[in-house]
Amino acid sequence: MKKNSKEFVFSRRVDAFFLDVVSIHKFITRFFKELFRRPFEFKEIIHQCYVVGVKSLLLISLTGFVIGIVFTKQSRPPLVAFGAASWLPSLIGIAFVRAIGPLVTALIAAGKVGSNIGAELGSMKVTEQIDAMDVSAVNPFKYLVVTRVVATTVMLPILMLYCTLVGMMGSYLNVHANELTSLVSYFDHAFSSVSFIDVWSAVIRSFFYGFTIGIVGCYRGFNATNGTQGVGKAANRAVVFSMFLIFAEELVAVQITNWINGI
Amino acid sequence: MKYNIQQGESRDIVISVSDLHISFGRLAVLKGIDLEVYKGENFVVLGRSGSGKSVLIKTIAGLLKPDKGIVNVLGLQVDKLKVHDLQKLRLKMGFIFQSSALYDSMTIRENLEFSLVRNFKHMTAREVLKAVEEVLDAVGLREKINEMPSELSGGQIKRIGIARTLIIRPEIMLYDEPTAGLDPITCTEINQLINEVQSRYNTTSIIITHDLTCAKTTGTRIALLQDGNFIRMGSFTDVFDPGDSRVKSFYDYNFIQ
Ligand SMILES: Nc1ncnc2c1ncn2[C@@H]1O[C@H](COP(=O)(O)OP(=O)(O)OP(=O)(O)O)[C@@H](O)[C@H]1O
Ligand SMILES: [Mg+2]
Repeated sequence: MKKNSKEFVFSRRVDAFFLDVVSIHKFITRFFKELFRRPFEFKEIIHQCYVVGVKSLLLISLTGFVIGIVFTKQSRPPLVAFGAASWLPSLIGIAFVRAIGPLVTALIAAGKVGSNIGAELGSMKVTEQIDAMDVSAVNPFKYLVVTRVVATTVMLPILMLYCTLVGMMGSYLNVHANELTSLVSYFDHAFSSVSFIDVWSAVIRSFFYGFTIGIVGCYRGFNATNGTQGVGKAANRAVVFSMFLIFAEELVAVQITNWINGI
Repeated sequence: MKYNIQQGESRDIVISVSDLHISFGRLAVLKGIDLEVYKGENFVVLGRSGSGKSVLIKTIAGLLKPDKGIVNVLGLQVDKLKVHDLQKLRLKMGFIFQSSALYDSMTIRENLEFSLVRNFKHMTAREVLKAVEEVLDAVGLREKINEMPSELSGGQIKRIGIARTLIIRPEIMLYDEPTAGLDPITCTEINQLINEVQSRYNTTSIIITHDLTCAKTTGTRIALLQDGNFIRMGSFTDVFDPGDSRVKSFYDYNFIQ
């Protein structure tokens, strides 16, 4: 070890942050290098996709559904006051496709899947299982990291579409109870205000969120230290850091989408 | 079965370490280790907890990089190898971790197959299963094939750890404290297993331990690690010269226990 760990350029925290940025960058570069290198762990990727889906499906359904109902219920009075109750489905369509669907899915996945990845890889790290793979001539980065990051990246857009649909169904319950709108005309209204760009923007954003959740979880787990305590820390940091990044990405994405839409 | 090395006989060097230095921050753990392990022998490294035994064996396996010095395994300099060549070399090395490090999300069978199915692609499922059963027989745990690591006892976990490395038919076995934390009878069994493995698969081994019984029953040669260097090296009787106070404290400690 070359550098004495007690010498900081700035404060301990600021230094740690910049060191993190550098090593995450290296981690991502390594991911893309290994992604296209044989052998491919297809079976493990499928398994990880399944894990991501199973881990978050219930919570995403529940949250999406409840938000759909609550959001509609709370938005009705002001719209009614303006005599615009018939715009409710459009509002819901826009809200879910543009903002709620992608964000809710990403945050729940960060909480459930990201922490799970951080804890799992963290405990494999501190119990030397990752070293064990290494010495048995299997590349642990490929087997553990590449598969998980691919899985979260692929699954997030799918979960996002699912969350959006479930949320809109929840909302439909409320709309139907009040206005007796048919399902077809509800969705017709809801989607008429949603543009092609809105949908693609949501899908692409979800790709990035999925990638973020996977990379951050794996990075934290892969670099866990200090025994059991380190495992908890890895899981916790994975969630906090990926949520932070998701919010940052969302802010950038909104700017870009608005710019494309010419708003 | 025990391999007796005659002085002056020409012997193949399998592992050689020269002037190895490793430190963590300010803590210098290894300070100029020199070591040669010959083909077919069981080389035992004894030392107190924290003396750097695990660090030494991990450096030989290429898990840690030396700050200074050279580590050669089968004529290749471990820390200078490209990823691909290192993987190839590792197929000739078996590493048994102090903690065994079984993959706890996989069954015993999947643990054993893991490296095999990824590195020997030409093997059929049937051949793989046969190999698994063979090594399980070698460690006497055939009936545990479908259990999870969490369902095994400490001694059984050690055995599976050994089986998992045996399955790739390594030329070199690196044992990190194979008997730590086990009762004396299980220790004896593991020691027997180590000797069996050596004679059956004709391996060259480094065995890290702080257990004198293990050292005595398995070791062809013994080295005593203290303060970052080998303070004695030779056969068991050579090393445990009661006249040397540094050795004596170790000796007393082990037998009073
Ligand atoms: N990754 C690491 N980072 C910092 N220090 C380390 C690291 N690995 C080992 N050390 C330090 O090196 C020293 C030797 O550790 P090592 O694990 O080799 O001991 P050991 O001889 O195997 O002991 P034991 O018999 O308890 O297993 C210890 O003081 C330990 O704190
Ligand atoms: Mg040790």
